[in-house]
Amino acid sequence: MVTEGLTKRFGELAAVDGVDLSVPAGAVFGFLGPNGSGKTTTIRMLLGLISPTAGSWSLLGREMPAAAEVALPRVGALVEGPAFYPWLSGRDNLARFDAAGPDGQRASRAARIEAALARVGLTAAAAKRYRAYSLGMRQRLGLACALLRPRELLILDEPTNGMDPQGTREIRNLIRDLASDGTTIFLSSHLLSEIEQICTHAAVMSQGHLLAQGTLAELRAAGEARVRVGVDDPSRAGEILARLGLCDVHVAPAEGVVSARLDAGGPADAARCCRELVEGGVEVSSLATVRPSLEELFVALTGEGFDVAR
Amino acid sequence: MWRAELRHLFRRTVVRVQLVVLFLVPVLLAVAVKLAGGPADGQGPSFLDEVSHNGVFAALAGLTVCIPFFLPLTVAVVAGDSIAGEASLGTLRYLLTRPSGRARLLAVKALAVVVYSVAAALAVALGGLAAGAALFPVGPVLGLSGTSFSLADGIGRTLLAAVVVGLSLLGLAAVGMFVSTLIGSPVGAMVITAGTVVAALVVDSVPQLAFAHPWLFSHDWLAFGDLLRSPVTWGGIGRDLLLQVGYVAVFGAAAWARFTTRDVLA
Ligand SMILES: Nc1ncnc2c1ncn2[C@@H]1O[C@H](COP(=O)(O)OP(=O)(O)OP(=O)(O)O)[C@@H](O)[C@H]1O
Ligand SMILES: [Mg+2]
Repeated sequence: MVTEGLTKRFGELAAVDGVDLSVPAGAVFGFLGPNGSGKTTTIRMLLGLISPTAGSWSLLGREMPAAAEVALPRVGALVEGPAFYPWLSGRDNLARFDAAGPDGQRASRAARIEAALARVGLTAAAAKRYRAYSLGMRQRLGLACALLRPRELLILDEPTNGMDPQGTREIRNLIRDLASDGTTIFLSSHLLSEIEQICTHAAVMSQGHLLAQGTLAELRAAGEARVRVGVDDPSRAGEILARLGLCDVHVAPAEGVVSARLDAGGPADAARCCRELVEGGVEVSSLATVRPSLEELFVALTGEGFDVAR
Repeated sequence: MWRAELRHLFRRTVVRVQLVVLFLVPVLLAVAVKLAGGPADGQGPSFLDEVSHNGVFAALAGLTVCIPFFLPLTVAVVAGDSIAGEASLGTLRYLLTRPSGRARLLAVKALAVVVYSVAAALAVALGGLAAGAALFPVGPVLGLSGTSFSLADGIGRTLLAAVVVGLSLLGLAAVGMFVSTLIGSPVGAMVITAGTVVAALVVDSVPQLAFAHPWLFSHDWLAFGDLLRSPVTWGGIGRDLLLQVGYVAVFGAAAWARFTTRDVLA
């Protein structure tokens, strides 16, 4: 899946502005961004629900929207939460969607539906009306609908929203299973720990712009590494590190820790720190080079504030 | 896909209730005539004075009573809900990513509205025939031009009249579906569509606006009575159906143009 300069304006506001995504086949791609950053809008464009103001995109290697009829049957989607008919049971809802498009052979419909229900653990509640479903059950039914047939690409907008811990875990395992079968998965989420656990790639959006994308390792490497040393005399250690010419030295006397940014020097610098500290008479109890977590990276990219940006 | 759509439509409680109520309208008429006696000959809605002589007329009287407002209202509900209902539930986005294809989805929805429209008119006719047969004598039907038809012929003509009534609501249905592609709220679409019926009936009743009358989708709604003439005069019915075709072409094209290009944000 590839986008080039994808842009969507709502009046003045550019909800998505010149986004160039590149999602390799077989990736589990995390799509991150604060509320209102344009994730759902991007997903709607990818699926052909709204037409971009500018830009082009392709799904499964086919130019969209021209190839929608061939590409979309191979794509399962969950957009901005599930939506079903409240007066129908979960099973009847799936039957309705199964019948509403191509290759929905009636003979195998019941089997497809039962398999999808079982896959999301909803068999026991399949006969209940959707009206009576809990938030997590609704979310599961939405996933079941996306899994009604084998897919090559799954586009999931916050798939674990409202799920209990077991449900979240199950979904995580489900996504891993699907990925190991070769399905490409594109999922937006706010749960960074989750992305960190299951994704191979990620991209970060903010105010309609794509700030970064790549494999998780690449993204982490983009964040600066720091050396973190546990010492008996932090203030003296701080002075020594500053004398060594390291930048951004941070002293935390209460924790007995000093840290500093490792620039080009990397591991060699870390080793030098250790040697100089010991030679300077400081006792070193621990030493580690730390990469920022995805969360720190995310905050560094998108800013701290709690209020939505616009 | 169209079978699934029909099943989906006729499963809905609203739709079933509407059909049952339409079935009961001529039943109510027949019971009222039975209890209170029919109006004097030539008085009241057409065909009502005949009901006590021949039960078959309960169906025709029912159609006459339901065509100005009640039947169009139920068609407005179904047509107005067709797209806007899916949009407001959010199911539209899943139907489209299925993918149903926008033009195909619109066509399937339109077909369902046509089937509903004819079914609604048939519900009235069947209610009338059932109540008429239960409460009054039935026999050869005395047509409008004085000739009489055998009972079977009379019932056949009555059912055909219902089909004509159902088809003559299609202009309105096309307007309703167009409104339904414009608006996100199904209730809003239903109200606006029902509003066009009221507007058409008002315009039709103002003699100074006579120039507009032949262009109103409601103008020849009562032409179905011509089926009871011998020979049948097709002029009114033909004009009516041609007008409906015109409305379907214009508003169908507008609905298609709108629905195939619009952003689905719900
Ligand atoms: N129909 C619309 N009309 C006008 N503006 C809109 C519309 N839909 C979305 N927007 C705006 O576009 C921006 C992006 O919205 P979007 O729903 O894509 O965000 P998101 O990243 O999915 O957020 P969240 O994490 O809360 O789901 C927001 O500023 C929003 O206000
Ligand atoms: Mg969103």
